[in-house]
Amino acid sequence: MHIMEGYLPMEWCIVWFVLSIPFIIVGLWQMKKLIDKDQKVLPLMAVCGAFVFVLSALKIPSVTGSCSHPTGTGLSASFFGPFVTAVLGTIVLIFQALLLAHGGLTTLGANAFSMAIIGPLVAWGVFVALRKAGLGLGLCVGVTAALANLVTYTVTSLQLALAFPIDGSIVAAFTAFGTIFAITQIPLAIIEGIICALVAKFIVRVKPEILKSLGIIEDAEIAKIQGEAA
Amino acid sequence: MKRSTLEAVVGIIIILALVIGALAIGGDSEWGGADGGAEDMIAETGYEPWFESPLWAPPSGEVESLLFALQAAIGTGVACLIFGYWLGQSRSRKDEKQA
Repeated sequence: MHIMEGYLPMEWCIVWFVLSIPFIIVGLWQMKKLIDKDQKVLPLMAVCGAFVFVLSALKIPSVTGSCSHPTGTGLSASFFGPFVTAVLGTIVLIFQALLLAHGGLTTLGANAFSMAIIGPLVAWGVFVALRKAGLGLGLCVGVTAALANLVTYTVTSLQLALAFPIDGSIVAAFTAFGTIFAITQIPLAIIEGIICALVAKFIVRVKPEILKSLGIIEDAEIAKIQGEAA
Repeated sequence: MKRSTLEAVVGIIIILALVIGALAIGGDSEWGGADGGAEDMIAETGYEPWFESPLWAPPSGEVESLLFALQAAIGTGVACLIFGYWLGQSRSRKDEKQA
C-alpha cells in the first residue's frame, strides 16, 4: 500500500493531504482528551502503536508469489477508533518514509489516507456494529483487523487508478492495480486478524480495566474470557 | 488443554500453514513486493517520479533489512515491555487474593 516517493502527480498529493489532515487533527485532540481524562490509557495506546510498527514492517510471502505486509491498524481501530489510529499510523508512515525510503513524504497524505484513515474507519464501523450484535471481543477484533488491511489496499488501488487511468478508464486501472494486491492480501488479512484477536484476548486477561474504561467490554465478558485461561 | 492455550496453538498453526502454503504454491516466483509491482506498472506508462527522498535512501538491501528489523524490534520491545508489566501486575493481584 505504500505509494513510493514521487509516484503520485502533485495535484493528487495535495488532495490526499487535504483530506487526511482533519482526521489527524481530530485524532491528536482525542488523544489529548483521553490522556487528560485517564493517564492509564497511555500504555494501551503505546501497545496499539507498537503493533502498527511491528506488523507493517513484516513483509510476508503470499499465495501469488509476491510479498506484501499487514497494516497492524486493527487493534488501534477497535480500541480507540479511526481518529487516534490516524495519528498512530501516520507516525509509522513518517518513520518509514524518512528512514526506510519506503513510501514517501509527497505520498504521505495518500498513504495515511489509505492505511491510517479509511482502512481503520471502515473497520471501526464494522467493529462497533459487530459488538452491538453481541459477538465476542476476539472475533470482532479479528474481523476488524482483517478488514482494515483489505480496505487499505482497496483504497491504494483506487488512489493509483485515479492518478493513472488506463486509456482514460479509471475502472480498468482500478481492476489492474487491484489485481496486484487483492489475492496477495487475503492470506495476510487472515494472519493479521488472528494475531490481533489473540492479542486482544490476552489484554483482557491481564489488563481488562483500560478496555472497560474505554467502554469496549463489560464485566461479564471479562470474566468469561479470563475463565478460558483458568 | 486450557481454551486460551488451544486458541493460541490453533492460531499459530493456521498462520504457519498460510505462509508455508504460500511459499509452496508460489514456487519459483520472484517474491517481489506487491508495492513494487504497482510501482512497475506505473513506470511502464512512462511516468517519471517527480520527487526524490530529500533525506536518505538505504544504500543497499542489507541496510534496508537492518532498518526493517529495527522497526520490528522497537515495536516488539515496547509491546512486550508493557505486556510483561501488566502480566506481573495481574499475577501479584491474584497472589494477594490467595494470601
